[in-house]
Amino acid sequence: MSLDTVKPAPGYLEHLPVEYQDLVKHGQYGKKKKVSDMGKFKELIEEHPMCAGCAMTLFIRLVFLALPKPEHTIFVGTAGCGRLAISQGNVPFIYGNYGDTNAVASGLKRGLELRFPEQDKDVIVMCGDGGLVDIGFQGLMHSWFRHEKFSTFMLDNEIYGNTGGQESGMTTKGLVAKMSPRGKVDDKMDMLGLAKVAKLDYVARIVPTNPARVVRTARRAILVAREFGSTYVQAYTSCNIEYSIPTPDVMQDAFDKEKKDYGFEEHISDRAKAYLDDIEKKEKAAAKAAKAAKK
Amino acid sequence: MSPQTAEAKSNSTSKHVNVPGKPEGWVPAGDLQEIVTLEEMQKLPKETIFMTGSEAARESIRRANVDMAIAYPITPQSETMQQAGYLFDEGYIKDYYRAEEEIGTMSAISGASRAGVRSLTATSGPGLMRGTEAIASWPGARTPIVMLNMCRVINTPLAIQPDNTEISFLLNTGMLVMHAENQQDFFDWPLIAFIVSEEVDVTLPCTVSVDGFFVTHARGNVAMCDKKYKIPPRDGWRNAVPSMDNENPPARISRDAPIQKSNFISYHMHASWQQEVFSAVERSAKYFDKYLGGLIEVVNPDAEEMIIASGAAVSQAREAVRQEEEKGNKVGLIKVKTIRPWPREQIIAAAKHAKVILVPEFNQTGWLHKDVCTTLYGKSTASIYPGPRVFGGMTMPTELILDWLKDIREKNTSRNHF
Repeated sequence: MSLDTVKPAPGYLEHLPVEYQDLVKHGQYGKKKKVSDMGKFKELIEEHPMCAGCAMTLFIRLVFLALPKPEHTIFVGTAGCGRLAISQGNVPFIYGNYGDTNAVASGLKRGLELRFPEQDKDVIVMCGDGGLVDIGFQGLMHSWFRHEKFSTFMLDNEIYGNTGGQESGMTTKGLVAKMSPRGKVDDKMDMLGLAKVAKLDYVARIVPTNPARVVRTARRAILVAREFGSTYVQAYTSCNIEYSIPTPDVMQDAFDKEKKDYGFEEHISDRAKAYLDDIEKKEKAAAKAAKAAKK
Repeated sequence: MSPQTAEAKSNSTSKHVNVPGKPEGWVPAGDLQEIVTLEEMQKLPKETIFMTGSEAARESIRRANVDMAIAYPITPQSETMQQAGYLFDEGYIKDYYRAEEEIGTMSAISGASRAGVRSLTATSGPGLMRGTEAIASWPGARTPIVMLNMCRVINTPLAIQPDNTEISFLLNTGMLVMHAENQQDFFDWPLIAFIVSEEVDVTLPCTVSVDGFFVTHARGNVAMCDKKYKIPPRDGWRNAVPSMDNENPPARISRDAPIQKSNFISYHMHASWQQEVFSAVERSAKYFDKYLGGLIEVVNPDAEEMIIASGAAVSQAREAVRQEEEKGNKVGLIKVKTIRPWPREQIIAAAKHAKVILVPEFNQTGWLHKDVCTTLYGKSTASIYPGPRVFGGMTMPTELILDWLKDIREKNTSRNHF
């Protein structure tokens, strides 16, 4: 979408809802926003019906902030908590059937490449652990092995949060949850390992304790997917309701989790690294030049 | 020229340079084809070739200007979609891949259609059932996909044989359902299906079903225009709802999920959305009527004994009508071409002289018979007989239809169809 499309005809803007006016005047279209800018501009996603203190919401907001081209981005999701927030964003969202995300995204991305050969269109799958590794496992794996050119973000709360706290493939071993009354028998599925087996060009595991790092990671995953093929970001986003984490302690839980078994990991292929280095160097140089020009 | 036409034009002449495995400067065969409207194509000089139904489908796809085809093998469909693969290799289809299974296939093709490109897939019985969660969501997502369906047994014991019970599972999804009789239909109808399904006031998926093996693997005469012609491309800007391409001003357009909450507004939204889908099915009738030359075909319209059939059963009924004619009996035939939209008024009008109606079917459940009964209830005094029916791979000998007619005339109540 041309950025001109975002702007209403002269004289019409004032008659639109305030949210839209803000999006045009103070949105992130055509501008690169940083975490430190949050609160000073109109985010693509603000209102949402998520639970108070939900770490998943923080992560989703940060990914929206990281979008290299929100005006050319389409999200694909499935049932789960995440879609409640994603569907409120000012970016088209396909809420498909159960576990169909990576198949839908495969067709969508290829279709967009045919229709807009000169225009990068970023397709992003964002959904929960159950949606990806249980019901959507087959589609996920095949999209990876086909190296489809879109990124997959897993909102890993290690449980089925939306349906009320049932065990998922990403639940940790031994946890007593609904449908695992004696504690989960098997290990948490090693999706990072599978992503490496599929030879993905960019794989990361992250906890949203460091917002700037989330933005950098998400951006890298999207850019590499655009150029080379599937990328994967697995983010711990606790379910404070199911895990009974008091709202003020949600971030402490994130820090604890990161230290315990969810440390930051980033695996970048050589070609992706060279590509990202080039982009990031140019961006740094441009920022430096802009700063110098201001002085 | 509007941007829409500009895009349609550039789509049709896109140059694929340095395609892996192809020599430099290779030009896709599709780029060398000439675009003609479907009406023009229907009037072009034709050559008649003796070929299988699968080959007829291939020739139809060659002329259909398909952007994206997604395949997954299942007997008896495999032959068609592997031939679609060869068409991709030649450059008649722009993108093609073999998916993981049918949920993956049917989901991915909906993604492609949402992107605004012409999308094709095909399946058979069990594959259709596996993909039905996705397929049932296509109409609501307003995705004009064409799915060829080569009918096959779906129930246990497992069999690869023809039987069209699976069509009944598509009847209430909101998709358009055509049931082709023979190889000629299987060439003509996919082209019609693309054009009708992509009309703005339709924007719905369409299946062209055909009875497996009897049509797909048997040969028949097919008249077709030269392969240098193709129909116009899909215009991704012309839809009942916007394509999911992010080419519209930002808004909360998660049209796939208006129902995030349980409240009266959401119920109302869902209800009106469904009503609109089923209204679009009805609106498609005028286009089918135009391109098919009527939603039904009637032979001997004034006959008192009528056969109402769809698919391969029509061919068997035609032969029964011919043999009865030789004996001096006039038997009529109504071929139902589109099962959805259902040609209610046309059937009522065509059956008004009938005193006896037979509904021969290639399935055990009699889905066509049920629709015929519902349609003619209170509108006809004819006795509507539920058969003859064959299933599980059985053929339908013409004698079976003739026997039923004879028994009815002789009031042979010892037979179980009374």
